[in-house]
Amino acid sequence: MEVHIQLTKLRTKLFCSCNSDYRDAEPNTHLCPICIGLPGTLPVINNKAIEFATKIALGLNCQINEVMYFFRKNYFYPDLPKGFQISQYNKAGGKAFADGGKVTIRLNSNKKDILLDRIHLEEDPARLVHKGSIRTSPYTLVDYNRSGIALIEIVTEPVLSSPAEAREFLNQLKLIVQYTGISDLSLEGSLRVDANISIKGHPRAEVKNINSFKEVESALIYEIMRQKNEIKKGKEIIQETRHWDGRVTIPLRTKEFEKDYRYFPEQDLVPIIITKKNIDEIRESLPEMPYERVSRLQHQYMLSEFDAENLILDKDIADFYENGVNSDPTFGPNEFKLYCNWLMNDIVGWLNENNSKIIDTKLKPHYIVDLILNIKKGTITTKMAKTMINDMMKGKTISKILEDKDKKRISNEFILEKYCKEAIEENPNIIKDFEKNPKAFEALIGRVMAKTKGQADPKITRKILRNLLH
Amino acid sequence: MELNNLMAYELLEKIKNREITIQVVIRNAFDRIEKSDKLFHSFVNLSKEKALKKAKDFDSNIQKSRKIGRLLGLPFANKDLICVKDFPTTCCSNILQGYQPPYNASVIEKIVEQEGAIHIGNTNMDEFAMGSSTETSCYGPTYNPWDLDRVPGGSSGGAAASIISNQAKIALGSDTGGSIRCPASFCGVVGLKPTYGRVSRYGLIAFANSLDQIGPITKCVYDSALMLEIISGKDPQDSTSVDIKVDKYTEEIKKSVEKKTVGIPKEFFSDGIEPQVKNSVKNAIKKLESLGVSSIEVTIPHLEYTIATYYILCMSEASSNLARYDGQRYGKMSQNLEGDVFDVFNRTRGEKFGAEVRRRIFLGTYALSAGYYDQYYIKALKVRTLIKNDFQEAYKNCDVIIGPTMPCTAFKIGELINDPIQMYTIDILTCPVNLAGLPALSIPCGFDNDELPIGFQIIGNYFDESEILNVGYQLEQELNIFRKIPSLTKGGM
Ligand SMILES: [Zn+2]
Repeated sequence: MEVHIQLTKLRTKLFCSCNSDYRDAEPNTHLCPICIGLPGTLPVINNKAIEFATKIALGLNCQINEVMYFFRKNYFYPDLPKGFQISQYNKAGGKAFADGGKVTIRLNSNKKDILLDRIHLEEDPARLVHKGSIRTSPYTLVDYNRSGIALIEIVTEPVLSSPAEAREFLNQLKLIVQYTGISDLSLEGSLRVDANISIKGHPRAEVKNINSFKEVESALIYEIMRQKNEIKKGKEIIQETRHWDGRVTIPLRTKEFEKDYRYFPEQDLVPIIITKKNIDEIRESLPEMPYERVSRLQHQYMLSEFDAENLILDKDIADFYENGVNSDPTFGPNEFKLYCNWLMNDIVGWLNENNSKIIDTKLKPHYIVDLILNIKKGTITTKMAKTMINDMMKGKTISKILEDKDKKRISNEFILEKYCKEAIEENPNIIKDFEKNPKAFEALIGRVMAKTKGQADPKITRKILRNLLH
Repeated sequence: MELNNLMAYELLEKIKNREITIQVVIRNAFDRIEKSDKLFHSFVNLSKEKALKKAKDFDSNIQKSRKIGRLLGLPFANKDLICVKDFPTTCCSNILQGYQPPYNASVIEKIVEQEGAIHIGNTNMDEFAMGSSTETSCYGPTYNPWDLDRVPGGSSGGAAASIISNQAKIALGSDTGGSIRCPASFCGVVGLKPTYGRVSRYGLIAFANSLDQIGPITKCVYDSALMLEIISGKDPQDSTSVDIKVDKYTEEIKKSVEKKTVGIPKEFFSDGIEPQVKNSVKNAIKKLESLGVSSIEVTIPHLEYTIATYYILCMSEASSNLARYDGQRYGKMSQNLEGDVFDVFNRTRGEKFGAEVRRRIFLGTYALSAGYYDQYYIKALKVRTLIKNDFQEAYKNCDVIIGPTMPCTAFKIGELINDPIQMYTIDILTCPVNLAGLPALSIPCGFDNDELPIGFQIIGNYFDESEILNVGYQLEQELNIFRKIPSLTKGGM
């Protein structure tokens, strides 16, 4: 796979100072003589882009080359204003930005290292806009706002053996990108994938234009099916480039992919030296990578690998977790696990249901600490706590919720006794169980709570029930 | 007042002292162009209205302004491949007809916007600077003011012709393999190709970007030094420009050259060099020796590979640099829009590029193609390194290297245009300098039997422009032929 990732967190384009935040902008408003390749213009490297590329290369455990050259990739296409793309090349005297590297994926319970071949830094071409499908559109419009945006190209070794592996690889890659902070991959068009697909023993086809995570798996499944069918029919697979149109892959004309890009050095840019010191400084500034965090979380908080892996799936959630559990010095392994459960089940569940991100809610890490401590003290039951999640997400602490409850709280012993008696009468089974099972008592309290819609004062209820049953 | 025989710096004095108004200077320049350009065809586009308006503004502001531009009011001729904002900049190619850049080249910002030179028009050149005779221009050739049957040299032929014929006082050219020095030699003017990286290329439309360099074309060495002082220096818009101190060249040139050593490469006097050229250059060396300069023989052993190396590299680079001309965004597109976008790209390029440009794109594309790349491009890069090393070896024993600029004097129009190999070969003494990235100056040192100028080349070490301008200036003063002008340009013309 060749994965192209826009460095969306850069403020300017790769070789000029145009604003790189082009989404939602009027077409052809974010451009200058340089990024539309006017005669006489010269590229000037955006040093921040090199820093970002270094970050992702470190995050993927690549070997960064000390001298960085750019090469020209020559081809004609209506989206390419100079007739060449300034990119990098690891042959013909050139070097990749970084070589090697890997992404570890887990599929079912098996781990696999997806080895990377190289990483390149390059410029994005303009955006071609069609009316409907590329095949039937009566015209092509060119929007140069995207032209010159910094891209990272990540090329894997031919080691992915199924669409599911490809999906998992991308999920892990996305996570690492999120951790390095170089790109917001939720932005449309910030990630594009080309996939080289072959059935063993047959030539490969390249599928271009897979523009989102969701589509990768379906494009691959389609293309594998297509190739298998061709082979079944006794047809030869042609080595070609195909275009994913969201439903099927369609062949592009032969003329467009005669691949002699005539790579040669881009001499308008001087070689850039990336010293070991630069790399070390960037390494220092880099947050912990997700795979590193998994093992640390396991050790530091005695979490299972499963819990740790789940936590790091979203950097914001993992950060939230650590902020929370570290805010109370009395927390130990038991509470670490409880916190993780509350966060991953109840909170993430709420987030999914409400299609929201944790950073967009008013929930604070210490709210969950508070919740756990209140349960421990017996101020609330687990069941009650669950009913409080919704309020918590809206910025209410447990004590605030309880305070509100207090106002409506039933603490009149006469009224409560009535409810308790009813509960005992209505639940002979629990009473029968009472001798053997200490939890039965808690269950009975739960019934009173249910009857009073949670408004019964738990302490008084407890006292009354105890008296009634002794 | 006789303006026409004045050097630029002399005219500048008169402007500063208000002995003459800028409007008179500029009007005079256009009068001369109107009368003489039918013969010489130095210019392809004029900026008369803007220039006259600017002259008027300058005249009315000259009293008020405290700071006076270092080139204030000088008629400046720009080569048609250096971008001037909102003015046709076409590389003398049909493919760029109608194109007006929306920005100024960095050199234009400096000499026009900051120092007050007045842009009077763009000069003729070989299409995309590909040629040594100014014959491949889409506007037709420029005629050498010394002999109208002959070429002015190229590719900056229009610039050199405009200077010797006193149409402009200062001009800019570009030099990829000799494009400043060749026409300077053929027209009898001073041409300077600075060290690669000395002058910003931002806004210079590329022919071969690892070789191209902008430089001045002037009547005398002092004017050249003055121009270089202004256009040199690091430009943040050109990553290949270098941050090395810019000397005060106009002072440096006046130093004595006594005890300097000049190196004379024996290969620069081989059988391929015309005897009259050799003699003239040897006489000039004697003059230098009379100034206390000692000369030694040096060698550039790889000179014989220069032409092959140079043409492989410049064509390879050109094939990529010229890929952007497809008619989609600017310039001219084919009228015939049949087929798909690739058909239209191909047709446009086939129709609008001239024969020499197409030849070089084909050859360059070939040299970069898979399977040939190592054999041609990579090998040429290796030879380029050897040539660089040859020069560095030579500079261990001398301050500058000298020899003829061109192996011949101006040839007849049409004489070589159908013999590209022969045409390429005349760059033998200029293109090694570009391959090495060194600075070089060409000054007139004499005339052949047909009264055609002969050029003397002084090649310096990296960023050592002071040295070559110094030697050039002292030799120029000693030879004292720099005020000689073609008979056709004399008088009121
Ligand atoms: Zn731009």
